[in-house]
Amino acid sequence: MDTDTIAAIATPPGEGGIGIIRISGSNSKKIANKLFKDKKDDSLIDLEERKLHYGHIVDPTTGRIIDEVMAVYMNSPKTYTAEDIVEVHCHGGIISVKRILDLILNNGAKLAERGEFTKRAFLNGRIDLSQAEAVIDLIKSKTESNFDMSLNQLSGSVSKEVSILRDMLIEMLAHIEASIDFSEHDIEESDTRDFLESAKLILENIDRLLNTAETGRIIKDGIKTVILGKPNVGKSSLMNKLLGEDRAIVTDIPGTTRDIIEEYISLNGIPLRVVDTAGIRDTSDIVEKIGIDRAKEELNTSDLVIIIFDASSKLDEEDLKIIKLIEYKNTIALLNKTDLEPKLSKEDIKSVLPNHPIIETSLINNYGLEEIEYFIKKMFFNNDIRIEDDTIITNARQKNLLLKARENILDAIDAINMNIPIDCLEVDIKSCWQNIGEITGDTSGEEVLDKIFSDFCIGK
Amino acid sequence: MNKAIEYFAGEYDIIVIGAGHAGCEAALASAKMGKKTLILTMSLDAIALLACNPSIGGTGKSHLVKEIDALGGEMGIITDESTIQSRMLNTSKGPAVHSLRVQADKFEYQKKMKYRLENRENLYLKQGEVIEIILEDKKVKGLKTRTGEIYYAKTIIVSTGTYLKGRIFIGELNYEGGPNGFYPSNKLSDNLKDLGFNLKRFKTGTPARINYNSVDLSKTERQDGDDEIIPFSFMNDSLEIDQVPCYLTYTSEETHNIIRDNIERSPMYSGKMESIGPRYCPSIEDKVMRFKDKNRHQVFIEPEGRDTNEMYVQGLSTTFSEDLVLEMFKTVKGLENAKIMRSAYAIEYDCIDPIQLKRSLESREIGNLYFAGQINGTSGYEEAASQGLVAGINASLKLENKEPMILNRSESYIGVLIDDLVTKGTEEPYRMMTSRSEYRLTLRQDNADLRLTEKGYRVGLVTEDRYKKYLKKKEFVEKEINRLKDIKLNPNKKTNEIVKRLGSSELKTSVSLYDFIKRPEIDYDKSKVFDENRQYLPKEIRMQVDIQIKYEGYIKKQNIQIEQFKKLEKKKLSEEIDYEKIHGLRMEARQKLNSIKPESVGQASRISGVSPADINVLLIYLEQMKRKTREEI
Repeated sequence: MDTDTIAAIATPPGEGGIGIIRISGSNSKKIANKLFKDKKDDSLIDLEERKLHYGHIVDPTTGRIIDEVMAVYMNSPKTYTAEDIVEVHCHGGIISVKRILDLILNNGAKLAERGEFTKRAFLNGRIDLSQAEAVIDLIKSKTESNFDMSLNQLSGSVSKEVSILRDMLIEMLAHIEASIDFSEHDIEESDTRDFLESAKLILENIDRLLNTAETGRIIKDGIKTVILGKPNVGKSSLMNKLLGEDRAIVTDIPGTTRDIIEEYISLNGIPLRVVDTAGIRDTSDIVEKIGIDRAKEELNTSDLVIIIFDASSKLDEEDLKIIKLIEYKNTIALLNKTDLEPKLSKEDIKSVLPNHPIIETSLINNYGLEEIEYFIKKMFFNNDIRIEDDTIITNARQKNLLLKARENILDAIDAINMNIPIDCLEVDIKSCWQNIGEITGDTSGEEVLDKIFSDFCIGK
Repeated sequence: MNKAIEYFAGEYDIIVIGAGHAGCEAALASAKMGKKTLILTMSLDAIALLACNPSIGGTGKSHLVKEIDALGGEMGIITDESTIQSRMLNTSKGPAVHSLRVQADKFEYQKKMKYRLENRENLYLKQGEVIEIILEDKKVKGLKTRTGEIYYAKTIIVSTGTYLKGRIFIGELNYEGGPNGFYPSNKLSDNLKDLGFNLKRFKTGTPARINYNSVDLSKTERQDGDDEIIPFSFMNDSLEIDQVPCYLTYTSEETHNIIRDNIERSPMYSGKMESIGPRYCPSIEDKVMRFKDKNRHQVFIEPEGRDTNEMYVQGLSTTFSEDLVLEMFKTVKGLENAKIMRSAYAIEYDCIDPIQLKRSLESREIGNLYFAGQINGTSGYEEAASQGLVAGINASLKLENKEPMILNRSESYIGVLIDDLVTKGTEEPYRMMTSRSEYRLTLRQDNADLRLTEKGYRVGLVTEDRYKKYLKKKEFVEKEINRLKDIKLNPNKKTNEIVKRLGSSELKTSVSLYDFIKRPEIDYDKSKVFDENRQYLPKEIRMQVDIQIKYEGYIKKQNIQIEQFKKLEKKKLSEEIDYEKIHGLRMEARQKLNSIKPESVGQASRISGVSPADINVLLIYLEQMKRKTREEI
């Protein structure tokens, strides 16, 4: 029997009132004990088997309550996987399930591969032989899509950062390996201390990526949100406010956002993929035209549209043209620049956009932002907009790998500080490299050898 | 009339073709295991030839020699007997990568090995060129030599080194030839091809040998061996010899100019030589062309033996012709007037694609036919000897109807070597490096005996003497470690004063001596101040105790990985499986699995082109088969 303990979200996140996280394997009860406390502060295992118990999931490092839950444990072999199983029923939606899953993963479980519960169920004799082929199909399609998914879902900037990290690690590994295996070959003798700088730099990079993961921006998918509006109406400002940083260029010359800018942000756990477009209008400027064509394209595949109007000028042709584009989309309308002398009112907009929420904002003064967030969340939890569960799973996987890599590089730094020999240091660096590699699916061992032979002059 | 008269020349349990490092280990192992063995060689003067550098060991390779020794092979013992200089490499690094490298007297090594072959019971040594392997029902029946002898054999081990269709390259000249002036073997590789083996063409090279008297040693740096020699063989506790020095010099800018000006004269660069040479053995022209910003390269001048003036010039292996080699010498300090005794050359030869073999080194297609050494695409004496030993053992076990001895990646470098060869094949002559092992910290040279003596004993290669020695070491180490766990250090003033004197930080709580030794600045010997009644233990045991304690944390981490690894290794895949018929496998995986026929799911997972999804399919398939057979019963 596989002794690895696995965990996964068993319900489609974002839908329904409850979310269920399932843990299977020999450590599942141990993990649940660490995290679950009932009101008498009893551990799950002290309570009756196969019964739902009310309690809290508590982060053991901070003592903070994550959610109130119902939890149940079932002893092997009479379970779905024939292993010990724990299920935690928590509040539905994304935030709670995701936090609890993260906590379980950080406390010794491995994120289940897709289809792994079924695989274990079959391997442990719980599924009938006649279903073997169906099981193969299911697991095969799931493992394959899992793999493709991790590749496809990485956003461009993240996959670039991962590959820079990998390069740094390979460089270090090649240096260590060359100095071990070819020590008599005139290779600069490397002291483990020489690696301290690199190791620290790697740690910094991992931390930066982890921050990205934390805000949900690691993944390309999310609720695709398009921001529309005339030039200079405040589209880039909105984006910056949502991001909390100055990323898109904001000027008061109309049409300065030349191309499409994409950003990934997390609105209290709801992943948004925000697309900022050049203002939609006819223009003679070719560069801007490209932006507009693509904006129309983006609109066709979007889940949510935020349309911005300028309160300091009357509705014009351009506004109407844009409104036409969004007819059947989930839309939130903003009436921006309410700090200026008003020429356009909520009612004016309501007359052309009768079925959508309208929010008055002054983005420059941060006015109205909370209301925007409130409406987006409401639409999300009402299931008006939704995302695939894959996104969250992949995100948890990547984050877990990054955390492991972080632990490895911390071990390496400790080892360097303690003057541990280079061949021991290599173990940590290699694990780090493998964990980072798994994020993108690159783990070929030949790479290090290739690097040694291309960078070092070795030979008799 | 010019033809060989064929005649029946005898019948053997095992015939070994070739008496290089693989062949010798194979034949000695099978003879020791009681099999009537014949070993055939192209020339009795070529037995156990150190055809390239006069040294044995080095990183990764020394680990192999230690493992051969632990299993009851000969290489370690004969190396100890012919050592003329010894150095432990990597001593500034951890014990896992400490590597013994010795200069061996080539002539002595050959003499000692030949003598052993000649005097081993059950073993027959004969000169002869094999031209054909005779089969019956896809199984070995015997072989034919060029001079007409027909031998019957139950099992054959092919260890032909670089002789198959050997071709020598010296500058613009090339001709048929074996290594070191010996003849090539031209017919056997056609025969292997006819038997269905895929052949590859590999290349290796060796630098010139020069006369000691023509070298101006005053212009070089003398390199001596270690003061205290650690022997290769676990049977030898020490080695007392007079050591011979090596000498170090460097190429110069002028050397590099000669190379650049004449690069089109190198057959490698002119495209006359298409075979694949090893990346870790580049010729000097390769080094100069590829690493342009290096203004000098090391050149080691090493004695080929005690009773010879021949010196090996390590670092100047080349495919240039001799006039250019002499020009280059003129620009290297100390070699200005060097007189060449043997020319530098490169040799091209046929080898088989090793993925056609099982992990026992037996051919998958032809029963009782084994392959070992350079013919499997490896390079190096130690790699060859390792395979020879394994082939010899497994050929013998097969004749006893026993399961083959398979060494795992997690227990030995030999296991890594063979698993890599039969699972991944190789695109260049394969050389062992410690970085090829996932479990480097566990596979050390100091514990090769602890890892493998038991296995060697079980197959009957390890002598009683050796086995007792091993048991004793094991017991002493375990006892001592347990004893240290029971000694407690308390954080009182007196203790902490000593602790400080040892350069360590004060104790805050009570610790065992065992845990105290784990501190980086402390070791077993230093901890003696707290252990007055400690009895004297031999160096190897003290060292072993020290290593096992100090690296416990890392070794534990590695042991967890090893457990994971073993799980998939235990899931056996039968040779009979037709992967074309397994529902759900991807096309590429089907082809790869059918051509490699892995012996376990673990091995399958190491094949490039077999994805995690395919491995899941295989696991389900195995479970399906298991239940089907259960239902049938």
